[in-house]
Formats: sequence, structure tokens, C-alpha cells
Amino acid sequence: MNRRTIFPGVALPLLLVAPQLALTGVFFLWPAGEALWGSTQRQDAFGLRTVFVGFENFAYLFEDPLYLQSIGRTVVFCGAVAALAMGVALLLAVFADREVRGRGVYRTLLIWPYAIAPAVAAVLWLLVLHPQVGLLGRWLNRHGVDWDFRLRDAQAFGVVVLASAWKQVSYDFIFFLAGLQAIPRSVVEAARMDGARGWRRFRTITLPLLGPTMLFLLVVNVVYAAFETFGTIQALTQGGPGKATETLVVKVYRDGVVNLDLGSSSAQSVVLMAGVVVLTALQFRLSRRRDLE
Amino acid sequence: MSRGVRTDWVTHTVLALGVLLFALPLWLVFAGATQDAAAISRGELSLVPDPGGFGIYAQVLGEGTRGGTSVGRMLLVSFAMAMTIAIGKIVISVLSAYAIAFFRWPGRGLAFGVILLTLMLPVEVRIIPTFSVMAGLGLINSFMGLTLPLIASATATLLFRQAFLAVPDELVEAARMDGAGPWRFLVDILLPVSAANVAALFVILFVYGWNQYLWPLLVATDPSLDTVVIGIVKMIGSETATEWNKVMATAVLALVPPVLVVALMQRWFVKGLADADK
Repeated sequence: MNRRTIFPGVALPLLLVAPQLALTGVFFLWPAGEALWGSTQRQDAFGLRTVFVGFENFAYLFEDPLYLQSIGRTVVFCGAVAALAMGVALLLAVFADREVRGRGVYRTLLIWPYAIAPAVAAVLWLLVLHPQVGLLGRWLNRHGVDWDFRLRDAQAFGVVVLASAWKQVSYDFIFFLAGLQAIPRSVVEAARMDGARGWRRFRTITLPLLGPTMLFLLVVNVVYAAFETFGTIQALTQGGPGKATETLVVKVYRDGVVNLDLGSSSAQSVVLMAGVVVLTALQFRLSRRRDLE
Repeated sequence: MSRGVRTDWVTHTVLALGVLLFALPLWLVFAGATQDAAAISRGELSLVPDPGGFGIYAQVLGEGTRGGTSVGRMLLVSFAMAMTIAIGKIVISVLSAYAIAFFRWPGRGLAFGVILLTLMLPVEVRIIPTFSVMAGLGLINSFMGLTLPLIASATATLLFRQAFLAVPDELVEAARMDGAGPWRFLVDILLPVSAANVAALFVILFVYGWNQYLWPLLVATDPSLDTVVIGIVKMIGSETATEWNKVMATAVLALVPPVLVVALMQRWFVKGLADADK
């Protein structure tokens, strides 16, 4: 799409895009290139020499059971976070869409958690679920549950999912509410005339009409869970106990920053980039189909 | 009629439970901050705040935890970082979107493509290489290093380009008839027309900047550059001697500014969210 009317000149527009292009070049393209290059290199045992090894790093990566486990773990994690966050958000949005006194107040009180940093959300939940300090953690221990999420794999995973999903509910809520409000009143009225109400009306009318919103949110939630929960996991479990909460991003961080295995971590970065490319393309397609407002 | 009333009850119950789900952890921390650290460690956390304990905020703002940076300073770093990122992104994106929407020049399509590429490369996937580039440039442990790499933004550029393309041609014609050059047109007409977009984006970007964790963790190891989000995770790191009341007070201080921005600018915030994901 282009404008009919434009301003003449070449120097001025070049000057105007220069800062953006410079930042993009230095902080995005260069590092991405370095990751691509680094993924084909390997250091010897003493870190003195690097040699070109082609796709060997990738071959190792996909033969490494630890990496494959991390992929599986990340997929389960993303699925769980998306399902939990979207489920709660949809429930709240359906009720917030009704004519009820204090709608505006409810809405504000359901929207604010969007602003909490993932890492701070994790700290809040740590203080709730801490086995000695947290109210809920202590309650569980008093009632026969052997609760310490820092020691038990399944508990750690559950806590990380909970804290991540909790923070995402507001975002999903806003989009579900907008989706619900976009459903024409005439459609709802017609369904009511036909005698469809309650659950049946929701299932046969509302849910299909929310389809595009739902697909869009699914992708956004998966992206969030895969890439933006590093702070949450780091604050709660640091990827542990063992590797119980080590998602792909946590693994890149551990392998690259903590263990300094640059070849492998570059290859992992490249794999993640490929993942983002696919997800972003999906998101673009879906958001063009979605009709907000 | 009675049916309507009953429906109302269910609705209020569900929504109130939702509100509680979000508010309870926050209340717990708010109440806990005012209580005695040793009592909290023993597991005697109460849901009723101790009215005499609010001095903890002044204490934390002034000195932080044992041997740590003061939370007052962390808040300052967070605020400076969030503002720099939000304003920087807006300025840079307005300029480049203007060049792309209102001028025709060689390499325009390519430049737009390159900017869009950044969508595909969030910090999380290029942790190590970006760090090594930063180290090469000598930007580790500097405020520039903390903010500059987060300022380039495809989303904001896309958004402004969209808004600029929607400006009616008649408006541009009229401005040019009046003898307005490209610069005057941008400042006097285009920016005022796009004020709502700027406000909406500001809310989203301020929260984005304030909430950064991974990038500051990598690039700023100097404690004087700790943001409050980094600082609080550090505080809970030392498991044995955690001063829980200070952690809780810091948590409250860490989340109040972005929450306030969202709550006070709610209308623009919702618009911003919708725009940013188009």
C-alpha cells in the first residue's frame, strides 16, 4: 500500500531511517549472523582453537537426549500455560461481558496483572507457595502433602506453569472480551429466539465465533510461554530441581552463560530463531484474519 | 425477573473470584511487608498488616538488604530504563515510519524488510551472540548497553506506518499548499493527529522496559545498574538469610509503577495492546 501524495527528496528519508537501521544492524543482524557462524564452529577442549565443523553441532544437538527432553518439556509447558491461562481468561471474559453492575471496576481489577513483570509474579507466588514461609505452602504441609517445590520435579513444574499462566490471564482476558463484544447482538438475539441458552448457546454460537481470537491467542500464549518466562523460571527454580523446569531458553542460558559451551549454545540459538520465525509467520496470518472491534 | 437476579449472583461470584485470584497474592505481600522478618521465617505470616510496620518501605528505599544496592536506586534505574526504552522506541519508529510512508527512495522496500526481520529475533534467542557483540563494543555494564539494544522495534514502526498511511491525502495536500515542508508537516500535523497512537504505545513500551529481566541480567553485572526486577530476584537467591519482609516490600515497590501506568492509562493501554498485535 502506498500513498498518492509524497514528499520529494532522498537524503532526508535516508537520514530518518538511519538510527533504526543502525540499531537493527548492530544489535540484531550482526548477532544473528554471529550465531549462525558460531553454530558451525567448535572449540577444542582447552578453548584455544576453533574449527569449522559444518552442521555437526546440530547433529549432536538432535542426538542429545537431554536436548530432546528439553524440547518435549517446553512443548508440555507451553501447552499447559496456554490452556490454563486461556481457560480462566475465557471464563472471566464471558461473565464480564454480561450486563452487570460494576462492570468497569471488575474489568480494571482483572486487567492490572498485565503490568507485573514475569520475575515479580514469580516472587509473589514464591511467597505464597514457599514450604516454610508461604501461606499455601505451609497449609499443604500441615494437611499431609509433602510439599517442597524446590525438591520435587512435578511440584516444581506445576508451580512454574501456575505462575506463568497467572500473569498471562489478563492479556487473554482483554482479547477474549473484545472478541465477545464484537459478536453482533442480532446473532445472540436470534439464538435466544431459537431457544438456545446457557451452555448450548455458548457452545454452538459464541465459541465458533471466537475461533479466530482463540487461534491468535494460542500462538501468542505459546510464544509467551516459550520465550518470556525465563524470569519466572529463574526466580522460582533456576530450571531445577535437576532439569525438571529447564525449558529451551533456560537451557540456552545454562549452556551458554553458565557452562560456556558456545558452539552448542549458538546452534540452540539458531534452532530457537527458526521456531520464532515459524510462530511469527503464523501470528501474522492469524492476526490479519482476526477482526478486533 | 427473578431469573435475571439469579444470573447476576453467579456473575458477581465468578468475577469476584477472578479478582481475588489476582488480588490475594498481592495482599499477602502487602501485609507481609509490615511484619517481623523472624516471625515470617518461623511461618507466622498473617494476612493482617501491622500498622506499625510501614517504616519498612523507608528502610528498604534507603538501604536495601544487607550489603545490597538501595531499592530507591534500583527504582531509579528501572524508571530511567523504562522511560529511555519507551521514548527511544517511539522517536526512532516515528522517524523511520515517516520516511517509509511519505517518501519514495531507493532501498525503501529493503529497509522495511530489514526492520521487520527484528520481529523474528527477540533477545531470548540471541542471548550469547548479542552479549559478545556488546562486549566487543565495550557496552557491558553501561546504561547505554542496558537500553540501546532494546530500542529498535519492528512493532512500533509497523504501527506508525499503518497510522500514517491512514492519514487522508487531502490533509497532506492542504499542508503542502500552505507551504509546509516535510519537517513542519511531521511536527505540526502528523504527530498531533497520531497522539492517541503514541499514548497507547507508550503504556505498552513502558511496561515492557520496566519488566525486562534476561537482558539486564546478562549485560549489567555491576550492582549499581541493578533494576528493581533484577534486585528482587537477587534478594531471594540467598535462601538461608532471606529478609522476607524486605523482599515483600520490594515486590510491592517493583510492581506499583507499571501497574499504576496501566491503571491510569487504561483506555490507551487496551488500544495499544490491540494495535501492537496487528
